[in-house]
Amino acid sequence: MNTQVEICGVKFKNPVMDASGTFGSGIEYSEMVDLNRLGAIVTKGVANVPWEGNPTPRVTETPSGMMNAIGLQNPGIDVFVERDLKFLENYDTNVIVNVCGRSIEDYVEVVERLGDEKKVSMLEINVSCPNVKHGGIAFGTDPHALEEITKAVKAKAKQPVIMKLSPNVTSIPDMAKAAEAAGADAISLINTLTAMKIDIYRKKFVLANKTGGLSGPAIRPVAVRMVYEASHAVKIPVIGMGGIATAEDAIEFLMAGATAVAVGMYNFHRSSAMIDCIEGIEKFMKQTGIQDIKEIIGCVV
Amino acid sequence: MIQGLAVVKKSERLADGIYSIWLDTEIAKTAMPGQFVMVNTHSDAHLLGRPISISDIRKEAGQIRLVFRVVGYGSRELSEAKVGDSFELMGPMGNGFPVDKLSPETKVLLMGGGIGAPPLLGLANKLKKYGVEQVSAVLGYRGETGGLFLAEDFKKFANVYIATDDGSSGTHGTVVDAVRENDIQADIIFACGPMPMLSAIKKLAAEKGISAYISLEERMACGVGACLGCVVKTKKVDGHSHVNNSRICTEGPVFEAEEVEI
Repeated sequence: MNTQVEICGVKFKNPVMDASGTFGSGIEYSEMVDLNRLGAIVTKGVANVPWEGNPTPRVTETPSGMMNAIGLQNPGIDVFVERDLKFLENYDTNVIVNVCGRSIEDYVEVVERLGDEKKVSMLEINVSCPNVKHGGIAFGTDPHALEEITKAVKAKAKQPVIMKLSPNVTSIPDMAKAAEAAGADAISLINTLTAMKIDIYRKKFVLANKTGGLSGPAIRPVAVRMVYEASHAVKIPVIGMGGIATAEDAIEFLMAGATAVAVGMYNFHRSSAMIDCIEGIEKFMKQTGIQDIKEIIGCVV
Repeated sequence: MIQGLAVVKKSERLADGIYSIWLDTEIAKTAMPGQFVMVNTHSDAHLLGRPISISDIRKEAGQIRLVFRVVGYGSRELSEAKVGDSFELMGPMGNGFPVDKLSPETKVLLMGGGIGAPPLLGLANKLKKYGVEQVSAVLGYRGETGGLFLAEDFKKFANVYIATDDGSSGTHGTVVDAVRENDIQADIIFACGPMPMLSAIKKLAAEKGISAYISLEERMACGVGACLGCVVKTKKVDGHSHVNNSRICTEGPVFEAEEVEI
């Protein structure tokens, strides 16, 4: 039985990874989760310099999900390389570094800095964070801006580049095509859906940022649809995510066309969520007589 | 830190909306007063763990006690728990109250406001075991409507003073008012309660020239320091992002009052 997948020449022992921002850089969960078993670890977004993030409250629960407006608090690339990347060198898994920035120059600086880091298998470019005022989603909602940043990053990147797309657009196929045309090696989606929650007793927004990104099982059917649309619009591989909780959910994304999948918010609910998905996929393959996981990727058309 | 099932051994209502449960869990082996657990509900609609402070610990029996106020879905489900029911728990999380610098002569002042009192009970218990003899506990309550929950339990380990909003028991006013009214002397303060109370305690400690360690609350998602949802502005550069935004779940929930901007 083969659960291995390949994306842009990078081999993954299985198609399961975390969605950026829900697993730190693995350090935080390493006491409870064997990181060696994961297909990859996708780190929390890192910028060229430290970012403070937004005021609190930054998170709140919603029906079968949550909203967040962290605002990409991060230690910056120097601390990240010295501490987080060094820590990850001890593990036998791919590392995908999620890169964020306020300007194209910011992104490129991080990408160049990571060029010689052997432990970094791929780069994921976050052009879809809805919670920062500059950069982030601004690049991910306009096809021309997306093409521009993709080209700039690709010109300097030494590792394969994944563009992480926002669902807050009119046409996902158009955005996927724009990323592909500009040279992206792969795309990942969906990031969170821009959302709002009001405390009716205090007559105030629940999150200090007013809006936040919605994630969790509540958004899964939207994500499956968008992953299906994107993977039929482009030839480059798609990493699918959005509310994956169980192996069945992960398989749904694979059948919709994703080559690999990411577990996000559900990691908060159960630290073993990714391991449960990996084991569940193997069980499903055994029960339904599937020899190679590639047989189910994009099998529903 | 582990995540696993914990079985309810005892469940009781202490006052209006205030409940206490003892749970059988491996977490008891390493838990310290001031740490907390994340409790999962049984509902697929409510997926984030509920951060609840550990109120007391029986290491040998492998049990922890949670005392909580019903504020929403998760705490309501927990309040309806029957003996034998199980809940998924993650913990122990965060740093407890620092007691390593205390000597038997240290005058310790515990200040708990409302549902902030429970985590101090386990601390009072531990101080007694450590042989710290001069422990005062000032507990603040709403008054007649809310009941003086846990006050009797504290009497086993400390000299207890009460403050109530309505003046029905003890000092009519805040816990800080009670400290002044009774002229309570202290070398160190440990506190937990609502933010205005903690701000007042920070000032009180500065005025007395002593240290105060306060336990903070914030909305959390992961509880392990991964999501950066629950931060507080700190004087010192924080351990994770180096931007003076410390994670309450990981660097806290107990902070030296001087260190946090509240």
